[in-house]
Amino acid sequence: MRELLGQAWVVARKDLVLEFRTRTALLSAVVFTALVLTVFNFGRDPTAVATIDLAPSILWVTFTFAAMLALNRAFQLELENGALEGLLVSPLSRHSLFLGKLLANLGFVGVVEAVGLPLFVLFFNVSVGPVLLPLIGVIALATVGFVSVGTLFSAMVVRTRFAELMLPVLLLPFLLLPLTYAVQATARLLAGRPLSEVSGWLKLLAAYDLVFVAVATLLFPHTVDE
Amino acid sequence: MLSAEGLRHAYGRVVALDGVSLTLGPGQTLAIFGPNGAGKTTLLKVLAGLIRPQQGWARVAGGRRAIGWIGHQSHLYGHLSVLENLLFWAALYGVTSAQRGVRATAILERLGLSDQAGQPVWSLSRGLAQRAAIAKALVHDPYVLLLDEPFTGLDLAAAAQLRTLLGELRSAERVLVLATHNVDEGVELATDVAFQRRGRFVQLTPRAARGAAEIAEAYRRAMTDA
Repeated sequence: MRELLGQAWVVARKDLVLEFRTRTALLSAVVFTALVLTVFNFGRDPTAVATIDLAPSILWVTFTFAAMLALNRAFQLELENGALEGLLVSPLSRHSLFLGKLLANLGFVGVVEAVGLPLFVLFFNVSVGPVLLPLIGVIALATVGFVSVGTLFSAMVVRTRFAELMLPVLLLPFLLLPLTYAVQATARLLAGRPLSEVSGWLKLLAAYDLVFVAVATLLFPHTVDE
Repeated sequence: MLSAEGLRHAYGRVVALDGVSLTLGPGQTLAIFGPNGAGKTTLLKVLAGLIRPQQGWARVAGGRRAIGWIGHQSHLYGHLSVLENLLFWAALYGVTSAQRGVRATAILERLGLSDQAGQPVWSLSRGLAQRAAIAKALVHDPYVLLLDEPFTGLDLAAAAQLRTLLGELRSAERVLVLATHNVDEGVELATDVAFQRRGRFVQLTPRAARGAAEIAEAYRRAMTDA
């Protein structure tokens, strides 16, 4: 277990160093997040639908599509100079590779969300102060779920043509459940409902995470081996 | 010890390996000559554990940790420096953190890359990148070295340097498998010679005292007769 986690960390650290050195995908995702929130801010009629009703959906649509950029690049950087082949020849276990990629993707998406959340508060004028901790909990739980499934599909499509188009097509149906749970939980938090109304959605998110992190870890070796 | 028995692998109707068997012990170097599409790369990938053969088996004493692989691509990350790349791969191969720097520095010096240690790989010329790829393959001091057209892109001096290095590895009781379509390359290093065509070894014999010209003639005859 120690070796598994140690190797995963080596992979994750390498990915994060590469990402923060080039900043291409990270900057794109952050700019994308800001643009989507801006478009939603100016593209809605605040007199027709209350902000508080729309805001949770907008937040999660934005985070989901921004995360796609991270997930798309996760294995594409391994295509440079055939590095994926080198990883598969090495003694690195497939499970370590998956966990390493998952960790790096979580770090990447976490940064995008950390930038996106204050922008969301700014644009939509919603008060998150009193519910900040539970809201971060919802974001963290939902992110683990969809990033684990996304990391699996990212590996699956990376050697196909039109990988960048294939990923959303394959991934979005699997995101319906965690997104529904996350939107419901966020809506209740922003509406000032008691935490007891949110706990059920949090449990569902946690269950989704457990199931899909386990399934993705088990299936991952079959997606990368020739 | 490196051994394989009855290897068979096909890509659809194209047979890449057809009943290939071999056994190599310490200090043996097998040079595999064959035209493009003969199945040399597939054989090396099977020996490296990158492809699971449809029939037969391949085994390397010491497992993946004991294998060094020089393929058609460098497996290096363009935005990491040469040294960072070596440290990353050394970590994946289980080299202790205390030894990584020592090994990486030594192999860079041996291959004349000390001045380029801090340079990002994307800035290297093709020949220097190939040398860096060789350094990556050797950084964990592998017992078995699999080389697929390793002289590609090297200038005359670097090719001679690589031959000397491979000779030293052979003297150090390492097992080397060298695949190339060019009979002149690496023939002096070989203790055993195989001619491969359409996935089959049409000849596998000790090199004995045969020189390059004699082997080239035998290769020409074998390819004509087969």
